[in-house]
Amino acid sequence: MAVDLDTCTGCGACVTACHAENNIPIVGPAEAARGRAMHWLRVERYFEGEFPDVRVKFRPVMCQHCDAAPCEPVCPTYASHHTEEGLNAQVYNRCIGTRYCANACPYNVRFFDFFNPQWPKPLHLQLNPDVSVREVGVMEKCTFCVQRINAGEIAAKAEKRELKDGDIQTACAQACAARAIVFGDLNDPESEVSRLSRSPRAGRLLEDLGTLPKVAYLERQTQV
Amino acid sequence: MSDAGRKINEDLLRPLLQTSWRFYLLVALLGSVVVAGLVAWLWQMWNGFGVAGLNNPVYWAFYITNFVFWIGISHAGTLISAILRLVNAGWRRPVTRCAEVITAFALMIGAMFPIIHLGRPWLAFWLIPYPSNRQIWPNFRSPLVWDFFAISTYLTGSVLFLVLPMIPDFALVRDRTTGTRSRIYGLLALGWRGTPKQWHRLESAMQIMAIAIIPVAVSVHTIVSFDFSMAPVPMWHSTIFGPYFVAGAIFSGIAGLIIAMAALRKFLHLEDYLHPVHFQNLGKLLLMMSLLWAYFVFAERLTVWYGNGSAEVQVLRATQKGSFAPLYWTMVVCNFVVPFTILSLRRLRTITGCVIASFGVCIGMWLERFLIVVPSLSHKYLPYAWGTYRPRPVEIIITVATFAAMTLLYVLFSKFVPIISIWELKVGEHTTHVVEPLEMHEHALGDAHP
Repeated sequence: MAVDLDTCTGCGACVTACHAENNIPIVGPAEAARGRAMHWLRVERYFEGEFPDVRVKFRPVMCQHCDAAPCEPVCPTYASHHTEEGLNAQVYNRCIGTRYCANACPYNVRFFDFFNPQWPKPLHLQLNPDVSVREVGVMEKCTFCVQRINAGEIAAKAEKRELKDGDIQTACAQACAARAIVFGDLNDPESEVSRLSRSPRAGRLLEDLGTLPKVAYLERQTQV
Repeated sequence: MSDAGRKINEDLLRPLLQTSWRFYLLVALLGSVVVAGLVAWLWQMWNGFGVAGLNNPVYWAFYITNFVFWIGISHAGTLISAILRLVNAGWRRPVTRCAEVITAFALMIGAMFPIIHLGRPWLAFWLIPYPSNRQIWPNFRSPLVWDFFAISTYLTGSVLFLVLPMIPDFALVRDRTTGTRSRIYGLLALGWRGTPKQWHRLESAMQIMAIAIIPVAVSVHTIVSFDFSMAPVPMWHSTIFGPYFVAGAIFSGIAGLIIAMAALRKFLHLEDYLHPVHFQNLGKLLLMMSLLWAYFVFAERLTVWYGNGSAEVQVLRATQKGSFAPLYWTMVVCNFVVPFTILSLRRLRTITGCVIASFGVCIGMWLERFLIVVPSLSHKYLPYAWGTYRPRPVEIIITVATFAAMTLLYVLFSKFVPIISIWELKVGEHTTHVVEPLEMHEHALGDAHP
């Protein structure tokens, strides 16, 4: 995945799309104030300078699907593990809720179900049947919309063709009006995401921790 | 039997044979607090973990603090008693059992916390490597699985270490009681007859256990520290954590032991057995550990300050002069200033002085664990995701209940088992020259503590 911070407007459509796609519980204002808000994808806002000369920076942060993910070795039950495709997967049924993975994660993108999930009406009518609802006591996080990846692979197999770039889109990438979020196959050097990841503007979040994140952030260069 | 031996029997078996109404009152009080803790835990399971104060990013707090604290307290007993046995310190004799019991009970309580803190505690058995039809094993790379092995090994070892020298005392109780009680203690005594062969085997087993338990004890708290230092979290990811935790564990363990001994001395009237010299010796040990602890904290913090890593410095600042500073400086006073002042002056190193210092150390070491866990988690790398933590009633009730549980277990134990090893006190009267060096015999009652 690549995120162009130049084009990101911080609108938050990706956050909403992620909630709708992945059946993420809505905890309500009281719980959110306690720090239990759940957003697999959040838009971090940073302000530079003194008013009125202020610059705002937006940075959508989701699970970075690190190649050397600190959350994986610490999980005692393999609930957090690496798939053969290179995704950092979370097996909800295997999670016993030690929350160790969330502590080890430098990006704070893992979320704990403090209560059984609830949706205010009428949101309870729009749950995605392709995504399991997580019960109280387990960790959850961005999956790179693994249900869409699997569906795309199955569709391509049924039509007896290779997957091509752009066949699979995550909910956040699909919802991004500015096309700031681009999803694709990093193993394919011709894909758009590979091309963007090779850009001289591309950097990784907290790269010096050695986690080898798979999300490339294209840093801002224009003066807005 | 000599007069001294008769007096030992009388004094140390009295709590087993006579029970006052105060005992029942104390057990009822402590028991109700323990029940309150259990109810709180059930309530947390029933309503969801959200009733606790944990949040994102502070996913570990009171429960893990208690876990590390109790595992630390457990280092008093077995480790100290094993070292004192190996170096043949004569003054250990009245101390060893009440120390070893602390280990067994503190470990049981400490080992409950990783389960209490689980999101789905009913699945805790997934940490155990059992052959399942799904052929899934625990992740042996995870420090939490190491914890499981370390704690279960230590618990097994320290219970053995505790029970072995209890066998002759069980036999003594068996011989001095009648009816059902005699039969129960007879079962516990495992057919002890006091033959020279049995004595020899007991002594050899004790020696083996004393040697084996020391590396286990050191490894246990090292592995507890690995729970933190294996994660790339600011000020957790530190090479000093292993020895730092072991030193802190022994430090708080000695403090716990001093408090327990003072309580036993007062309430069971053991003034003839637990002398001021015991408290002074343990007080000196506590003083040394206090200095060692201060040295570790100094080395750790100075390195972080000079290293000036952007994330580490935030944690350092939060503890030294930020929102955690009141707790931090309380910890320094409790762990260093108070014990150092009291214990380095001979005039103040009395029983009362030692107990005051020990209470300080227990409070300070609890705070120390809290200050390791929480400020780091609330100040991780991305400032956008910073947070803070406030405990909520369920966590406070469970924490208080564990202190009550420890006291309750200790009170019950001293009701059913002689809390001072009777045969070890009387060892001068046994024919154990084969294993026991002669010089130990002068420490029979009345000689050692004029």
